[in-house]
Amino acid sequence: MSKLKSIVFEGVAAAWPICLGYIPLGFAFGVLAQKAGLGPVEIFLMSLLVFAGSSQFIAVSMLDCGAALMSIILTTFTVNLRHLLMSSALAVYFKKSSRKKLCLFSYGVTDESFAVNYSKLKTGKWDLGRSLVLNYTANMTWIVSTVAGGFGGQFIPAGAFGIDYALPAMFICLLVFQLNGLKYLFVALLAGIFAVSLSLVLTGNMYVVIASMLAATCGTVLHRFFEKLSSKRTNDE
Amino acid sequence: MMSDAYILMVIGMGLVTFIPRWAPFFFLSNRNLPAWLVEWLDLIPASILSALLLPALITTGEPRKLMLLQSELLAAIPTFIFALKTRSLGGTVIVGMVMFYLAGKLF
Repeated sequence: MSKLKSIVFEGVAAAWPICLGYIPLGFAFGVLAQKAGLGPVEIFLMSLLVFAGSSQFIAVSMLDCGAALMSIILTTFTVNLRHLLMSSALAVYFKKSSRKKLCLFSYGVTDESFAVNYSKLKTGKWDLGRSLVLNYTANMTWIVSTVAGGFGGQFIPAGAFGIDYALPAMFICLLVFQLNGLKYLFVALLAGIFAVSLSLVLTGNMYVVIASMLAATCGTVLHRFFEKLSSKRTNDE
Repeated sequence: MMSDAYILMVIGMGLVTFIPRWAPFFFLSNRNLPAWLVEWLDLIPASILSALLLPALITTGEPRKLMLLQSELLAAIPTFIFALKTRSLGGTVIVGMVMFYLAGKLF
C-alpha cells in the first residue's frame, strides 16, 4: 500500500466507533431541528460551521423557545469550552507541526475524536495525517446524518440494537486505556466524583471543565509532593 | 428561506466553538512547556473522560438526579471488565451495545 493510502485507510478504520455513534445521534438531531423549523440547508450549515453535537441540540431547543441570538451564542461558548482542555492535551503531541495543518485539525476536535486520537498518539504509532483523516471522517458522518435526519427520517428506530450506547461504550474503553497506573486511576476517580457531584447542582455542562481541572490539579500537586518527599528520604539516607 | 439572523447566529456559534479548539495549538504546540504543565496536561484526558462518562452512567433527567439502577450503569460493568481484559476498542463498543440492549429489557 502506498503511504497516503495507508494513512487514509488507518484514519478511516479508527473512526468507525465514532461514526457508529454519530449516525443515530445525527439523525435524532436532524429530526429535532426539522421540528423546530429548520430546513436541510440550515441544518447543513450549522453542522458544518459548528460541528459540536451537544451544543447543536441545545441551540435548536433554545431556538424553539425563541431565545435571543446572543444568548444562544454565549451558551454555545460555555458548552464547548471543554475543547480548550482537549486541544491543550493534544498540543503536547504536535510539536513542530505546521500551523496550517493544526488549524485544519483543530476544527474537528470533539469529545470523541479527541479521545480516540489521544489514545492512539500515546502509543506512538499515530500522527497528524491520520488524526486529520479521522477527524474529517467523523465530521462528514455527522454532517450527512444530521441533514438526512432533517429530511424527516428517523432511519434507525430509537433504541435499536443498543446503538445509543456506542459512544458511552467507546468512552469506557478509552478511559481504560488511560488508566496506566495508580496516578491516573486516582485522578480519574476524583474527576468522576467531582463531576457527578457538580452535575447534580449545576445546570449546563460546565461541570466537565471544572471537575477535570480540579482533579488534574490535585493529581499534579499530590504527585509532586510525594516525589519531593521520597527524594528527600533518599537524600537523607 | 434562511434568515440573515440565522446565518449570523451559526457563524457566531462556529467562531466561539472554533477558538477554544484552535487556541491551544497556536499558543502551546511550538514551545517548550514547564514540566508541571506537561504533567497536568497528561492527567487531563483521564480526568475529562471520567468526568464525561460517570455522570452519564449514574445520573438522569433535567435537572439531573442520582440514578444508580439504570441500564447505563448496569451495562457499563461488563463493558468495563471486557475492556480491561481485551483492550479492544471495537469489541468493547459491540459488547457495550449488546449489554445495553439486554439491560434495557430488564427495566
